[in-house]
Amino acid sequence: MYALLALIAGVAIGLFVHPTVPDWLSPYLPIAVIAALDAVFGGLRAKLDDIFDAKVFVISFVANVLVAAFIVFLGDQLGVGTQLSTAVVVVLGIRIFGNAAAIRRHIFKA
Amino acid sequence: MMVGSEPPEAAEPAASTAPGELDPTQPAPVEPETTSPAPGQERRRTAALNRVVVGLLCGLLGFAVVLQVQRTASGDTLQTARPDDLVQILDGLQRREDDLNIEIAELQDTLGRLQRSGASSAEALAEAERQAEALGILTGTVPATGPGVIIEIEDPNRRIPPEVMLDAVQELRNAGAEAFQVGAVRVGVDSAFTGSGGAVTLDGVALVAPYRITAIGDPPTLAAALAIPGGVLDTVRRAGGTMTVEQSDSVTVDALRPSRTPIYARPTG
Repeated sequence: MYALLALIAGVAIGLFVHPTVPDWLSPYLPIAVIAALDAVFGGLRAKLDDIFDAKVFVISFVANVLVAAFIVFLGDQLGVGTQLSTAVVVVLGIRIFGNAAAIRRHIFKA
Repeated sequence: MMVGSEPPEAAEPAASTAPGELDPTQPAPVEPETTSPAPGQERRRTAALNRVVVGLLCGLLGFAVVLQVQRTASGDTLQTARPDDLVQILDGLQRREDDLNIEIAELQDTLGRLQRSGASSAEALAEAERQAEALGILTGTVPATGPGVIIEIEDPNRRIPPEVMLDAVQELRNAGAEAFQVGAVRVGVDSAFTGSGGAVTLDGVALVAPYRITAIGDPPTLAAALAIPGGVLDTVRRAGGTMTVEQSDSVTVDALRPSRTPIYARPTG
């Protein structure tokens, strides 16, 4: 619950502050967001499974973001940035869908 | 790697608070973040800290999502696009530019063609106008001026018949006269002299002596044509009249005939 509130608070802050994204960060921000979303969905699922661990969540969150950003960075250096970005998004998207399906089963029992 | 700069505040407390107390007893079946809560002495304190950290991360996610959405919505995508994408965009634009250039060339061709045809049709129009003027002079519907002769025939005895006048006109025409008028009547292709000696009418208009004939043509030739032996001059003299021929560099034939629209005849072709 508090996590949801924090999420809303973050959105509100983003809406009111209007920060500018530094240039070096701009290619990685979308991927990082997707990775973080994946972590959050995983955490939500774990919560519903009653096996949620804040430590694991935090580490997976940070690691997801870092790995995703690193893959994109590597892809940019290798000249396949676009393709690798797509790959990361696809993989994370599949994971998000899987977690969403598990959450759905928990909530709707179907 | 880049985002690493943002999470640290969240990651550090997580690393410092979580370490000893929480041990993952249950290996995650599907997700890495699945672990059973561990029993511990300071569970309450740890749980509070955990909540703070998780909340921070979630807040960070919401913040980043909004950031990215706003950045995307601002449409400033070129600035952040990768070089590869930029090259592709540039490529597409260049191809489009080439297409447009080809189209411009085609349209300019068309424009030139239309202008040329417009010019040639203007030429045709000018030619048609020249022809209309020439035909107008011939049929007597436009006034004409040029070198020619002015002939005055006196008829004191009122004995000059219409035939003499006809002879005079025909002699002038033979000599190359291009436009005539007798008195105030223009002579056209369908003119007719009628009447009798001393009462000549031309196209229904009564002529009164002295008869004055104005003709445009080569003045000496016209004068000579009238003076040939047995010609108009002799005939007039025999009838007791006199004839004077005045050559001029510029005479004006300004009497007009109404233009006639053919009723039956139509141009063929």
